Amino acid sequence: MKYLLHLEDVYVRYRDHKGKKFTVLNDLDLKIKTGEFITLVGPSGCGKSTLLRLIMGSEQPPQGKVLFNGKPVLSPDRDRGIVFQKYSLFQHLTVLENLVFGLDAEEFTISKRLIKPFKHRKKRKEYEEHAQAYLERVGLANEGDKYPHQLSGGMQQRVAIAQALIMKPKILLMDEPFGALDYGTRQDMQFFILEQWEKEKMTILFVTHDLEEAIFLGSRTLVLTQYYSSDLEKNEGSKIVTDIEIPGPYPRTSAFKFSKEIGEVMQKLCHDGLDPGYKQHVKDFDLNHKDSFRTVTPEEWKRGDETHG
Amino acid sequence: MKLFDIHARPGRTVSFLLSIVLFVVCIAAFAVTGYVRHQENPRDKIVPTFPEMADGLKRVAFEQDRDGEYRLLVDTIASLRRFFISLAFLSLAVILGLLMGVFPYMEIIFLRFITFFDKIPALAILPILFIIFGLGEVSKVALIVIGVFPTIALDTHLRAKEVPREQVTKALTLGAGRFEIAYKVILPQIFPTVLNTIRLNFKAMILFLIAGESIAATVGLGYRIFLVRRYIAMDIIIPYVIWMSLLAFLADYLVRLWIKKRYKWVGLEK
Repeated sequence: MKYLLHLEDVYVRYRDHKGKKFTVLNDLDLKIKTGEFITLVGPSGCGKSTLLRLIMGSEQPPQGKVLFNGKPVLSPDRDRGIVFQKYSLFQHLTVLENLVFGLDAEEFTISKRLIKPFKHRKKRKEYEEHAQAYLERVGLANEGDKYPHQLSGGMQQRVAIAQALIMKPKILLMDEPFGALDYGTRQDMQFFILEQWEKEKMTILFVTHDLEEAIFLGSRTLVLTQYYSSDLEKNEGSKIVTDIEIPGPYPRTSAFKFSKEIGEVMQKLCHDGLDPGYKQHVKDFDLNHKDSFRTVTPEEWKRGDETHG
Repeated sequence: MKLFDIHARPGRTVSFLLSIVLFVVCIAAFAVTGYVRHQENPRDKIVPTFPEMADGLKRVAFEQDRDGEYRLLVDTIASLRRFFISLAFLSLAVILGLLMGVFPYMEIIFLRFITFFDKIPALAILPILFIIFGLGEVSKVALIVIGVFPTIALDTHLRAKEVPREQVTKALTLGAGRFEIAYKVILPQIFPTVLNTIRLNFKAMILFLIAGESIAATVGLGYRIFLVRRYIAMDIIIPYVIWMSLLAFLADYLVRLWIKKRYKWVGLEK
């Protein structure tokens, strides 16, 4: 079985303002298959966004490997689309131009545009029609001429999603995309992204700090946290402590969101990963998803030693 | 006190009248001073009356001089020409600032140098310019360009750095190359602000222009006022100063209008 994304033994260390090294990600392993809706949740400061940057390629791990389709990730490229919480859209372009941007930039570099102005103009028409079709799909057919700041927060994120999808990326990365939206809009957007996922058969990696959102959306949910313990005296840097398949039917319904089943999963994940007072031991991590794998150092987990429980 | 009421909302008529009060006061004070001085000495040259200035203006603007030229027109063309040639060179500052803001190596190579260069008082190197380039057009244009170039390059650099990193990442994920990012993502977003910087630097440009013209020129607005100063020709100096101010104001206004009409997205984010 080939995996779309493969991370192994990834460590990330930064220096603080005094020049002292500290670890953000500690020995991370992860494999992701095509077609999944993966949600990544964790407390603030756990390194969710760092992990996303590694996968995107805007940052390289000092240790460990990040492979996309078997090749090391070196820079952001058109295979991995991204939607940020803010600044996804180009404020100086209209909604339609934002969608056309990628199609245009990929096909026509500046020099090519200068050499073949007529061909560019002709192609541009085609791009605009294509973009308009995408706008219709996300329910914004009449907003093409507006500038991003003239739209509501929810509409802006719809445009940002359409802008990424039009390039048909192999995976769509989303960094707390609905974090700045009000409750009602957020709900609408959750149904919207689920609908797009099912229709387009995409692969999504969705980062959020909202546990409810993570469980509701994901077919597979990961918890990344700095709250855990091991046989080492001191633990630094986050690990994936939970990697599970979320049971439950697609398409998701509101009833599912508030079901007892979900409530129980939520409680467990909240306890295991988000509670600073509880430090789960590395041997007790719930890594039951079929694609889950990890490497543990002997120092972290002295097998057979029964002194802790 | 109504004047210091924070919540005041003056009406339109009141606002208009109050906004021209200081203009009226200054013009009136000038006229009165001129009148009083002329009562004492009808040949007073220091504070000319309005008819005298109108006459002076008429002579330089609408009557040919000994060479058969309309002086105000000739001077204006000469000064504007220097101004626009300098402006063309200054557009290179925008490109340099952009490159520094986008590409780290460009920043390392140029930033420290230009920051230092910016601190050299341009007027202090004017003698050097005259020695090297002679008293012709080159040294005058060079003075303006050297004086304003670093400011515009450094400001463009700062603006380019302010564009969120997300935008660069985003453009990369959409398949754009690095030069497309510089010229299609960063530059258009900072361009209105850069235009504003250039607009605010018109004043410095005019300052250097007049400085250059006053020392070595045979034609030009700055040259003329320093020339007629020898004859205490206030009736010509004052109309010239007002004319220069009007030109500067017009240039400033046109750029503001350009930003407003062309860049409709500016200000929406607030």
